[in-house]
Amino acid sequence: MSPLQEFAPIAVLLIIAVLVAIIISIISRLFGPYKPTSRKVSPYESGMKPIGSASRRYSIRFYLVAVLFILFDIEVVFFLPWAVVFRDMGLYALAAMGVFTLVLTIGLIYEWKVGALEWE
Amino acid sequence: MLQLPSLETLNMGAALPAISIAAWACILLLIDLWIPKDRKILTVYLAAGNLVFAFIANLLVFNQSGDSFMGMYVADQFSGVMNLIIIGTALLSIVLSFDYLKRVGIERGEYYVLVLFVTAGAMFMAAANDLILIFVALELLSIPLYVLSAFRAPDIRSEEAGMKYFLLGAFASAFLVFGGAMVYGATGTTNLNEIAASAGMIIASNSSTSLFLLLGAALLLVGLGFKVAAVPFHEWTPDVYEGAPTPVTAFMSVAAKLGGFGSLLRILVVGMSAVTMTAGEPAVWQNVVAILAGLTMIVGNIVALSQANIKRMLAYSSIANAGYILMAVAAAGSPGLANEATRGALVYMLAYMFTNMGAFAVVIAVERANGGADLEHFVGLGKARPMLAIMMVVFMMSLTGIPLTGGFIGKALVFATTLNAGLVWLAIIGVLTSVVSAYYYVRVIVNMFLRDAEASTEEATPGYSTGVQWVAAVALGGTVLLGVLPTLITVLTDRVSLVASITP
Repeated sequence: MSPLQEFAPIAVLLIIAVLVAIIISIISRLFGPYKPTSRKVSPYESGMKPIGSASRRYSIRFYLVAVLFILFDIEVVFFLPWAVVFRDMGLYALAAMGVFTLVLTIGLIYEWKVGALEWE
Repeated sequence: MLQLPSLETLNMGAALPAISIAAWACILLLIDLWIPKDRKILTVYLAAGNLVFAFIANLLVFNQSGDSFMGMYVADQFSGVMNLIIIGTALLSIVLSFDYLKRVGIERGEYYVLVLFVTAGAMFMAAANDLILIFVALELLSIPLYVLSAFRAPDIRSEEAGMKYFLLGAFASAFLVFGGAMVYGATGTTNLNEIAASAGMIIASNSSTSLFLLLGAALLLVGLGFKVAAVPFHEWTPDVYEGAPTPVTAFMSVAAKLGGFGSLLRILVVGMSAVTMTAGEPAVWQNVVAILAGLTMIVGNIVALSQANIKRMLAYSSIANAGYILMAVAAAGSPGLANEATRGALVYMLAYMFTNMGAFAVVIAVERANGGADLEHFVGLGKARPMLAIMMVVFMMSLTGIPLTGGFIGKALVFATTLNAGLVWLAIIGVLTSVVSAYYYVRVIVNMFLRDAEASTEEATPGYSTGVQWVAAVALGGTVLLGVLPTLITVLTDRVSLVASITP
C-alpha cells in the first residue's frame, strides 16, 4: 500500500465537491429565471463596487499597526495548544511560556518607548 | 506519556555562550532605550563586553561535549570552533561599524543589538542537531540581517538591498521548511542522529519513502544554498552586498556563510552520511554538492572578472569562496573522510573570516577618504597611504591563495581532502578558477601601486579611523599568523569529529 492511498478520502471529497457545484449551477440555470444586468453578473463583494484602481492611498500607520497586531496574534496562537496540554506538563510548560512571554514583553516595552504605539 | 525535561536534562550550561548572547541582546535592546543619543558608545562597549564573555565561556567549555535541550543543541568541538570564528566576526564588525555609523549618520543602538542577534543565530545554527532548531536559528540569523541591510534607510540602494534580501530569504526559508517536512515525513523524526539511524535503511528499501527523503534533502540543500550564496541561488548576493552599509556587508558575508555551512555540514554529515545506495560508497548527495561547488567556483570567479566596484567584486569573490567550502562539504560525503573535510572547511572559514573582514576594513577606509568603492578609487593608494595599500595586498593575496597567508592554508587543506575523496575533476576546477581569480585580485594591487592618480588629491580627511585601523591590523595579523603557523588553529580543529561513531 503506497502512502498515496491514504489520501484517497481527500480525493473523493474533492470530486464530490466539484460535482455538487456543477450540478447546482446546472439546475439553477435550467429552472431559474435568467435576466442578467451588468450589476448582477459582476462579482459580488459585500455590496461594494468590485472594480477600481488597485493603488488607492491609505495611511502608512496602518501597516505598523498590522505588523504589531500579527506579532501578538501569533502569541495567542501559541497560547492555545499550550493551554490544552498545560495540566500535563505543569511547571515546565509554565516556565517555557514564561520565557516566551518575557521576550514578547521586551518587544512591547521597546515599541512603546520608541513610540510605535502613538498614532500621531 | 510525555517525557518532561528537568533542569538537569535541559543542560543549558553547554549552550551558555549562545544563550548568553541571545539573552543579553534582549536586555541590551531595553538598556539602549535609556542611553542618550550622544553616548551610544556605551552600547558598543556593552555589546562587545558580552561577546568577549561568550568567547571566554566558549573556550572554557571547549573540551566538554554535551547536548542541551534534549539533543536539539549539541555543544561539541565543531560548534566550539565555529563559535570562536562567529564571535570573532561579530567583535571585528562591531569595532568596524562604530565610526562608519557615526559618519553616515545612522548611529542607533539597535544596530549592535541586531548584530548580537545574528551572532546568536549563527551560533545556534552551528550547534543545532534538530531540523526545528535549525529553522528557528536560521530565522534568528536572517531576519536581523534583512533589517541591517536596510539600515541606511533613506538611502534607496540600502532599502533595495533589504527588500531583495528579505524576499529571497523568505523563499529560501520556505524551501528549508518544506525540505524539513519531507525528511520528517520519511523518517518520522527531526533529530539528526535519529535521521542518520534510519536514513540508510530507507534508501536501501528503494520505496516511495526514499523519494521523500531525497526530495527533502534536496530542498534543505536549496534553502541553505541560498544562505551561503551557492550558484544557482546566488542572484541576490551582489545587489545586497553592494547596497547594504559596508560594515554590514563585511559582517553578513562572513556570518551568514558560517551559519549556513555549520548547518549544512551537520545536516549532510551527521544526518545524511548513511544515505548511500550501497554501503561503503559515497553518500548520494556527494555528486549534487560537487556539481554545485563546481558551478559556484566557475560563475563566482568569472563574473567577478568584470566588476568595477570593489564591493561587487568582493560579493562575487564571496560566492566563489562559498564554492571552495562546498568542495570540502562534497568531500565529506566520502566514507571516512567526513572529519578531515570538516576540519579543512573550518580552517578555510577562519582564514576567509580574517581576510574578508580585513579587505572590507580597507574598503571602508577608502570609501571614507575617496568617497566611493570603485576600482578607480583605489588608484594611487600605494603612494597616498602605503600602510593601507600593503594591508590590502596581503588580503588580496590571501583571497587568491598565495603561500604564507591564511587563504593558502585553507585552500591547501580543502584541495587535499577533495583529492582524497577522488573528486579529481572538482579539484582541477578549483585550481583553475583560483588562477582566474588571481586576475581580479591582482588588478586591485595594480591599481593601487602601478597607476598614479592624475591629480594628487590631498584631502584633509585621514584614511582610516581608529576602529577601522584596529580591525585591519587584527585581520592582517590573523591572516599572516594563520599562514605562517597553521598549527595554532589545527590544534583546535584536529579535535573536531562530527561523526565519531562512524569513523574511528
